[in-house]
Amino acid sequence: MSESIRSDTDVQILDKDGSVLPDATVPDLDDDTLVEMYAQMRLCRSFDERAVSLQRQGRSGTYSTMLGHEGTLVGSAFALAEDDWIVPYYRDQGATVTHGLPLENILMYYMGHEQGSVIPEDVNVMPICITIADHIPHATGIAWASKLKGEESATVCYFGDGATSEGDFHEGLNFAGVMDTPNLFICMNNQWAISTPFERQTAADTIAQKAQGYGFEGIRVDGMDPLAVYTVTQQAREKALDPDADQARPTLIETLLYRIGAHNTSDDPSAYRGEEEVEEWREWDPLPRLETFLRERGLLDDEEIDAIEERNTEQVEAAVEAAENVTADPEEMFEHVYAEQTQNVREQQEYLRRLREEFGDEQLLED
Amino acid sequence: MSTDDTTPERTLVEAVSDGLHTEMERDDSVVVLGEDVGASGGVFRATEGLYDRFGRDRVVDTPLAESGIVGTAVGLAANGMRPVPELQFMGFVYPAFDQIVNHVARMRTRSRGRYSCPMTIRIPFGGGIRAPEHHSESKEAFFVHEAGLKVVVPSTPYDTKGLLASAIRDPDPVIFLEPKLIYRSFREEVPDEPYTVPIGEAAVRREGTDVSVFTWGAMTRPTMEAAENLAEEGVDCEVVDLRTLSPIDRETIVDSFEKTGRAVVVHEAPKTGGLAGEITSLIQEEALLYQEAPIERVTGFDVPYPLYALEDYYLPEAARIEDGIREAVEF
Ligand SMILES: Cc1ncc(C[n+]2csc(CCOP(=O)(O)OP(=O)(O)O)c2C)c(N)n1
Repeated sequence: MSESIRSDTDVQILDKDGSVLPDATVPDLDDDTLVEMYAQMRLCRSFDERAVSLQRQGRSGTYSTMLGHEGTLVGSAFALAEDDWIVPYYRDQGATVTHGLPLENILMYYMGHEQGSVIPEDVNVMPICITIADHIPHATGIAWASKLKGEESATVCYFGDGATSEGDFHEGLNFAGVMDTPNLFICMNNQWAISTPFERQTAADTIAQKAQGYGFEGIRVDGMDPLAVYTVTQQAREKALDPDADQARPTLIETLLYRIGAHNTSDDPSAYRGEEEVEEWREWDPLPRLETFLRERGLLDDEEIDAIEERNTEQVEAAVEAAENVTADPEEMFEHVYAEQTQNVREQQEYLRRLREEFGDEQLLED
Repeated sequence: MSTDDTTPERTLVEAVSDGLHTEMERDDSVVVLGEDVGASGGVFRATEGLYDRFGRDRVVDTPLAESGIVGTAVGLAANGMRPVPELQFMGFVYPAFDQIVNHVARMRTRSRGRYSCPMTIRIPFGGGIRAPEHHSESKEAFFVHEAGLKVVVPSTPYDTKGLLASAIRDPDPVIFLEPKLIYRSFREEVPDEPYTVPIGEAAVRREGTDVSVFTWGAMTRPTMEAAENLAEEGVDCEVVDLRTLSPIDRETIVDSFEKTGRAVVVHEAPKTGGLAGEITSLIQEEALLYQEAPIERVTGFDVPYPLYALEDYYLPEAARIEDGIREAVEF
């Protein structure tokens, strides 16, 4: 990897050490927003650490961390308006939470509780998509509906580099080009799809260049630079809602970054990649970069960081408590299968009720 | 080959990997392909050691694309290779479903025998391991419904290696479903040497006279447990592990039923459209006059597989199976 990521990207604002690159333009954000952006990124990190430790203690299921992705997730989500849509996958909770999804929902979901899937009515976020790339056409459809209804809203879809190999990636982007929909496709190119490296995923040089085949713009940005991601997302959003005569609405944004952690809590990356590579990328960690930037502007000091950390810890602990207070109620399994329960489902619900009464949960579930 | 007389003990997933090793040694045309099957040895370590032994041309990390994996396997097979694609979880088979049902299953028919698709599609399936969404389904019925495919589900390490060998050597495509709940739950002797267990033959795991219980895969164990528990109450269950779901072993099913006159079918899959219906029908067609009670189905529910906090309620455990067996016996 080069000393500067710039040679590989179209947009970078912060250098590796957090200084502003000579010819770069810092986005026009007020001081509070910049600090908030940093605080939100730190929240992602605290949350991640907590979620992993809960899994290790057997208090939660498999979890995929955002370690290294915070700059992309928070930077892009900060560029969205409330009415915009997010169509997520399993590694972008930093974006959905920034967009209004309660933090405890994420935990409940990974703890295996159906309640985690309850999305507040006023939050335009789709359910987490575990099956790779299936959600990309959904994002096109949502943006298409916004266009048909004349709404001022853009749709952002997140996915990894691996997802670009699936047919649904092609179909989703192709439709977006043809229907000219207000879509932002954000591919977090974190170099790995579980154990498969980027060069075994595609023979193309970049993901961004694939956009050309769909008739719209593709752009590659330093994904560990929140300011760069913010800038690119904000511009793509503006174009999506109000394109020039010769412009297409959708944009494919490839954010070049690195998955510093394991793929998920059941993965052991030492089987397929060296620690050296991880260490090299760790130097691009978005958190210290933004921190230096803010410190140099006099917007952040140790005291403020401590305060942020304290707030975050409280927020994460509140989420853990809320999630751990949920008790699993088997009745929920039979709800929301259909708008109106069918006879089959009703009878099976009653059957399970009878078994629980007859045997008691302990004996019934004993294996 | 082992030089002493002791046969190594292996778990079910180790038997998969040993089976792949053995068949790849025997036949150069066997290639393993899929997501993460190479250096990392697969998400369940089922392909462990293959990459080091056979190299990247025969153990292929593919791009993340199930339709591409199975679709290219069609071409590989048509042109003389024996591909063994791995799909990581049953919930991820659907992008490849078009290839499987429209091409893999029909290539022999469509080319009037000129081409076929001798491939073994390995798919870990079933629930009970606290996995995330889309990782626990058991949709074997989709594949059984499709003519041209064989569908195999082992429930023991020994059978796993032998059935896998049969599948890889089979001239037709085989959907090889691996019950991941029991991937590592016990060991048994699995010889290093090549051997086969025939496709299409069920195994009677427990002989009994009062009621026949038909099952497969991970449900075999709670079913055996239920049978043992009921034996203490004086109910003598015969437990039949089907092992192959297509072509199904009609003879063993019917023989067992003719002996007991009562049947229970246990499966993880949802009840409606599940194979229990098919087996019930088969029994009624072939042995109606032996029937002494309604045939019971102990199955998953007709709901999407729940997130894991509720999966223990979803899956038939021993107590639920016992309840079903009692219904059949007490009728
Ligand atoms: C259709 C499908 N196939 C396989 C999987 C198993 N799987 C989960 S994550 C993953 C790798 C995804 O890599 P990428 O798209 O680059 O995203 P990242 O995890 O790196 O963020 C795979 C193969 C899946 N979830 N869905």
